[in-house]
Amino acid sequence: MSPRATTALQPASTPPASIRNFCIIAHIDHGKSTLADRMLQITGVVADRDMRAQYLDRMDIERERGITIKSQAVRMPWSKDGQTFALNMIDTPGHVDFTYEVSRSLAACEGAILLVDAAQGIEAQTLANLYLALENDLEIIPVLNKIDLPAADPDKYAAELAGLIGGSPDDVLRVSGKTGMGVEELLDRVVDRIPNPQGDANAPARAMIFDSVYDTYRGVVTYVRMIDGSLSPRERIQMMSTRAVHELLEIGVSSPEPIPTKGLGVGEVGYLITGVKDVRQSKVGDTVTTASKPATEALPGYTDPKPMVFSGLYPIDGADYPDLREALDKLKLSDAALNYEPETSVALGFGFRCGFLGLLHLEIITERLEREFGLDLIATAPSVTYEVTTEDKKTVTVTNPSEFPGGKIQAVSEPVVKVGVLAPKDYVGTIMELCQSRRGTLLGMEYLGEDRVELRYTMPLGEIVFDFFDHLKSRTQGYASLDYEPAGEQEADLVKVDILLQGEQVDAFSAIVHRDKAYAYGVLMTERLKNLIPRQQFEVPIQAAIGARIIARESIRAMRKDVLAKCYGGDITRKRKLLEKQKEGKKRMKMVGKVEVPQEAFIAALSGDTETKKDKK
Amino acid sequence: MGGPLPLADPAPRDGSLPASVARGAGERAFGVYLHVPFCTVRCGYCDFNTYTATELRGASQADYASTALAEIDFAAAVLERAGLPDRPAQTVFFGGGTPTLLPAGDLVRMLDGVRTRFGIAEGAEITTEANPDSVDVEYLAELAAAGFTRVSFGMQSAVPRVLATLDRTHDPERIPVVVAAAREAGLQVSLDLIYGTPGETIEDWRRSLEAVTAQRPDHVSAYALIVEQGTRLARRIRSGQLAAPSDDLQADMYELADDLLGRAGYSWYEVSNWAAAPEFRSRHNLSYWRGSDWWGVGPGAHSHVGGVRWWNVKHPAAYAGLIADDASPAHGRETLDDSTRLVERVLLETRIAEGLAIDALEADGRTAVAGLIADGLVNGEAALRGRVVLSLRGRLLADAVVRRLVA
Repeated sequence: MSPRATTALQPASTPPASIRNFCIIAHIDHGKSTLADRMLQITGVVADRDMRAQYLDRMDIERERGITIKSQAVRMPWSKDGQTFALNMIDTPGHVDFTYEVSRSLAACEGAILLVDAAQGIEAQTLANLYLALENDLEIIPVLNKIDLPAADPDKYAAELAGLIGGSPDDVLRVSGKTGMGVEELLDRVVDRIPNPQGDANAPARAMIFDSVYDTYRGVVTYVRMIDGSLSPRERIQMMSTRAVHELLEIGVSSPEPIPTKGLGVGEVGYLITGVKDVRQSKVGDTVTTASKPATEALPGYTDPKPMVFSGLYPIDGADYPDLREALDKLKLSDAALNYEPETSVALGFGFRCGFLGLLHLEIITERLEREFGLDLIATAPSVTYEVTTEDKKTVTVTNPSEFPGGKIQAVSEPVVKVGVLAPKDYVGTIMELCQSRRGTLLGMEYLGEDRVELRYTMPLGEIVFDFFDHLKSRTQGYASLDYEPAGEQEADLVKVDILLQGEQVDAFSAIVHRDKAYAYGVLMTERLKNLIPRQQFEVPIQAAIGARIIARESIRAMRKDVLAKCYGGDITRKRKLLEKQKEGKKRMKMVGKVEVPQEAFIAALSGDTETKKDKK
Repeated sequence: MGGPLPLADPAPRDGSLPASVARGAGERAFGVYLHVPFCTVRCGYCDFNTYTATELRGASQADYASTALAEIDFAAAVLERAGLPDRPAQTVFFGGGTPTLLPAGDLVRMLDGVRTRFGIAEGAEITTEANPDSVDVEYLAELAAAGFTRVSFGMQSAVPRVLATLDRTHDPERIPVVVAAAREAGLQVSLDLIYGTPGETIEDWRRSLEAVTAQRPDHVSAYALIVEQGTRLARRIRSGQLAAPSDDLQADMYELADDLLGRAGYSWYEVSNWAAAPEFRSRHNLSYWRGSDWWGVGPGAHSHVGGVRWWNVKHPAAYAGLIADDASPAHGRETLDDSTRLVERVLLETRIAEGLAIDALEADGRTAVAGLIADGLVNGEAALRGRVVLSLRGRLLADAVVRRLVA
């Protein structure tokens, strides 16, 4: 049993042999944050009285959803066999959308705790991150969490983990982040099993950025792992991808509150503050060196984050457009992966076309915009990037159906992903059915233990972004988990389906779909709109078309009655107020040609919420 | 008097009116509405201000006429103080509730009160609503003798199943009996119908219309059933016991009514009203649409005098209390500014057959008339003569027409 370290090692002068850098790989809600909190408490870096649940997750959304969006690093002292160590715990994002960020966090570590809920077993995303960790040659420490739960089945899942990473089920540690049981043994094992960092203390400084966070008061806080050399306060540093030079205003370690230090040496993990205001100037994966004695070669693995999923974001109240712009400008400071440009839509007015790393990223941004900036937003159906080659051999990149070229198309290529689905074996049939209906090709199927199966598919990304995850969850009673990673492009027979209201195209509903699904999409949308758009004084045809060819048609019959039978005993005021209300309602209508469409109808049609059939008035 | 009271300014306790109401008063007709807020049962569709014996909480049906007479005294004093000229009532209308739940003598006393305080104009129209099962020849003769000229029977339907859905207790066989009694008493007769009741078919409706024309009343009102929030009918529809009335079927029914009534010699003069001859149009009803002055007496009654509208407290006990204190029973009021008056004028006058003077509209509204003619909602010939008159289709879409005229 190890005591708390009585004196912590001083940063900037910690020998690499006394450093252990590790991260925790876990699925959302498998208890990573709770375990991390317990480590903070047991190592004494956070006083018991200051402890609050999920200390490391700063944003409200993170705390509420129990997921980590932005990783951070915490330095914790720990003593074992009379020797003091500095443990750097690097918190990784848990979701597939942030694969790149995860890979950079992993690259900053020598080992990883593989944390799995003892009642649920490993999930697809954890499996994906485990692959990444093994790819980075990380030492893996398998751990089952929540062993205090009545539903826990540690023997079963220990066998499952041992089967995955090799070794014996007896090597799998059993802990409870909630009660603290087993956490000290875990810290000891980190010291014993994870290799210490290696690096050349005399070489020019090279530090890898594994995270950069925007702080309202301090500007961008950049988290780095020193590989070679050292950095000291007041030094001028250089970003190797952009060659930009910044003054180092502060350097330090998080423990978990920021503590300025005399610098960072080989193998250490800490933060830098330079006064820049935009995370784009401090990119994850980039290498930091010094301006006076710059390194010649950057660390490998840096790439620019590339948006995979696109969606139009529109304020429900058009007057909020400037606020939306301001909010996006602010979010951009802390999210290098978010990009956007203005866009207008007949149906939805002024908004922004935004690019996201994936669906969760889209969801998080939308939710932050709504919650932190008080905006009411509608998002158009997510789309992916298509490369369209026209007959005259021009290639157009299409991230929005409205950019799809007219005329003859020679070829369309779409992004493809490798998908992993983990689920109890009883659901294999229904999952296969779903994947096949989404143009999936089965790559393989493997049993993880007795009753859980991993299915691997290649699938067009466009088929996943729509509502694949919702379907997957509902068909498996929530048991299936999903992971995907980019796997190139493929040509496919894709067409753009337009939706026309009385002959006028409604841009927000255009979609790029496989030709075999065009009819189904047309029928779905025309029916939806028929049920959502109130009757007008004339008949309104709703059509779905590929180019000039109509593939589906509905019509809204003309409204025949719009009159109050009487004014009750001379209550004219009531009738006038009703008229005023109707006039107000009319102002909120969007005009598509002559057709008045309530904004709510567009919103409901986009979200698939057809329950709110609007009657007139 | 359905639904919640509008939000507006509080009314002064002494009921005093601004001097502006006297402007042009000499040219405006004056009428009196007397509300009788009692029923034996509350019909499931009704959200009018009416109370059954158990709902009265101490306000007495027997004292009601005296309380109403006190408001008539109060009214005369307020109007005089506001500088309005003496204007005898051109129309008096007893509505409810069920006015005929009161003894005929009570109605007569109230009418006499109007006569004493305001005078009754030569040839005035004096109407009471009546429930077919609450009157007989003697009752009607007593009213006629006291000066009543007209009775409006709440017939609603000739089909027992439809009446049952509406919770109407009368036997349709009573209609010919009471119509004959009214005729014998020398009263004009109006029959009120409701269409679009859940479960009512177009054939049921035809039967009701034919039953009406067979009685040759002087006047017919046909109102589409409105499902008001808070009524038992609304609850039964929400719970799925009854089907909501369909707008399309109600439109078919309206067209059938206009057709059958037209063939039987009745002409529409307001969206929901038809008369056998111009002299049988309800002048009291028209006064609402023409922006005349009227004082509404009784709980929940609405009044309009020279651009000021107000409405009384709804509960008979609260009402009686205010009257006993010689305070205004008004709960709220609003003073209409010019633009609101214009909106109201368009709203109200487009509903009547003589229509709205196009000159009254603002430039955008005048331009919109062309589109309304093109869409078949407004009569083109009448428009060329300077008036907005609704076509049959336009009557069914009257609210949409108004929105286009005042947009």
